[in-house]
Amino acid sequence: VLAVLILAVLLFPVYWMINASLQKNATSFTTTWFPLHPSLSGYRQALSQQGGHLLISLVIALGATLISTVVATPAAYALAKFRLPGRGWIIFAALATQMIPGIVIANALYGTYNSLHLLNSVLGLVLADASLGIPFSILLMRSFMTGVPDEIMEAARMDGAGRLRAFVSIAVPVSRNGIITAALFSFLFAWSDFLFALTLTTTGAVTPITLGIYQYLGAQTEQWSPVMATAVIACAPSAVLLVIAQRFIASGITGGSVK
Amino acid sequence: MTRTAPPPARPAVAAAPSRDARPPGLGRARRRERAAQWLFLAPALLYLVAFFGYPIVKNIVMSFQDYSVSSLYTGAAPFAGLLNYRAIFSSGLFSQLAWNTAVFTVLSLAGQFAIGLGLALFFARRFPLNGIVRSLLLLPWLIPLVASATVWRWMLGQNDGVINAMLETLHLAPAAGVPWLSSTGVALFAVTLVNVWIGIPFNMVILYGGLREIPEEIHEAAALDGVGAIARFRYITWPMLRPVVTVVLVLGFIYTVKVIDIILVITGGGPANSSQTLAVQSYQLSFKTFLFGQGAATGNVLILISLVLALVYLRLNRAALRTEGEL
Repeated sequence: VLAVLILAVLLFPVYWMINASLQKNATSFTTTWFPLHPSLSGYRQALSQQGGHLLISLVIALGATLISTVVATPAAYALAKFRLPGRGWIIFAALATQMIPGIVIANALYGTYNSLHLLNSVLGLVLADASLGIPFSILLMRSFMTGVPDEIMEAARMDGAGRLRAFVSIAVPVSRNGIITAALFSFLFAWSDFLFALTLTTTGAVTPITLGIYQYLGAQTEQWSPVMATAVIACAPSAVLLVIAQRFIASGITGGSVK
Repeated sequence: MTRTAPPPARPAVAAAPSRDARPPGLGRARRRERAAQWLFLAPALLYLVAFFGYPIVKNIVMSFQDYSVSSLYTGAAPFAGLLNYRAIFSSGLFSQLAWNTAVFTVLSLAGQFAIGLGLALFFARRFPLNGIVRSLLLLPWLIPLVASATVWRWMLGQNDGVINAMLETLHLAPAAGVPWLSSTGVALFAVTLVNVWIGIPFNMVILYGGLREIPEEIHEAAALDGVGAIARFRYITWPMLRPVVTVVLVLGFIYTVKVIDIILVITGGGPANSSQTLAVQSYQLSFKTFLFGQGAATGNVLILISLVLALVYLRLNRAALRTEGEL
């Protein structure tokens, strides 16, 4: 009983968001406690106004996930399995990146992006958002890959497999769970990114969904149904991941931060 | 760093061309091997340098420059010495921003940690549906900050917010409603409240993990000896949880100091800078008033704060390890 009560209190904002998104013309005073007359008009409005932004977010998040995974997986493998000089420092550097405020990075990147013509471009945001996932992914996957027994790798090498072959055909499949977890989080980080979207775009040519919601607020809206519907859609990936990848998520939160 | 010498003699199986067992004579092959290993790391190192190393250095340089909009086009930013730092420290706003940042951070951490620990202890007991409830509680942490902050912004509205509506039904608030976001005295607490809500799952998950590491036998033995629940928490759970507690608090601090999204969405730092923190100010200076140099300087102050805390943490950690070693 207590558990249900805790759940109800803590998840109330989520409930309220869904509730209002399903009501027609949810303005301040008309919103009722339950969506007794459910209507999808909020969603229709949201999709017509923000559909393009959702698509851009999806492209950016997928691109960032791809880069992050491709860059971080071999690095994690190298840090876990090769005795490279200075690897302790590299791990420490990956940890230390978490300390750097995003605004510092955005501040410095703005000028550089401006001269590289990366402002207002999907590529620019993909590259920037990938940086959110890479250090986390390296640390997380490294702890997974340290657990891969050396014997398998050595056996493969003895059979004549090169370093790359041993990595691709043995280390990657064996640490599949770690890679999936890291990719899921890279996706979530990029999908949720707001600061880079806000600072590295100036014209509205490229507007991810988070920025789309923020612009709704700037317009001083009284119509909350489409805003809430957009918010619900923006939350959908997180909810889906929580359902289908529950154990990965839990191991991601703890593994990425404690280790 | 230390590199292990080739092990003297290994069993026949491992004597195959593995990286450790290579005879010392093959220096060149060994160097090639090493180069190939570095190739695995190269893309990631490049990325870390480009998106973390370079921005930090550039930010430090910018903080000593008069970096304005025209610098973006001409590429020229005159050296300004300590002018940016002098400007931010003497703006009269600085002490308020520092105070706001401190209040926001300390209250956020206290709230998140207390509730997170309570929930972790609660879920450490076994009951049906425990796992499902626990993972549902992760939701606030996983959904995009902008989305949850938007919902909160509406919920906290003075006239149209559901929170005031609830308080009025319970006769807990004045008829006009609590001016959550429009009063200079309350806005900072409102954004802190939201940040607590967002941070609870993180604290809960990590503390829960820490609790599970404590062997149950200790508790059972103590309970058999007639030790009460509170005493058990104080003398068993808390001391054994200490390392995890430090980690949670340090990480929480580092994340909270740099929070921007939530404040920007909910109050925009207002009214009258009452919920403005150093991180938000850094954004405003650079991207609203285009004083990139001052924005950079403010950002560096933030990094410095985190750095000091991280050093204190490392220091404490080492001290703790040393005392343990002596025991």
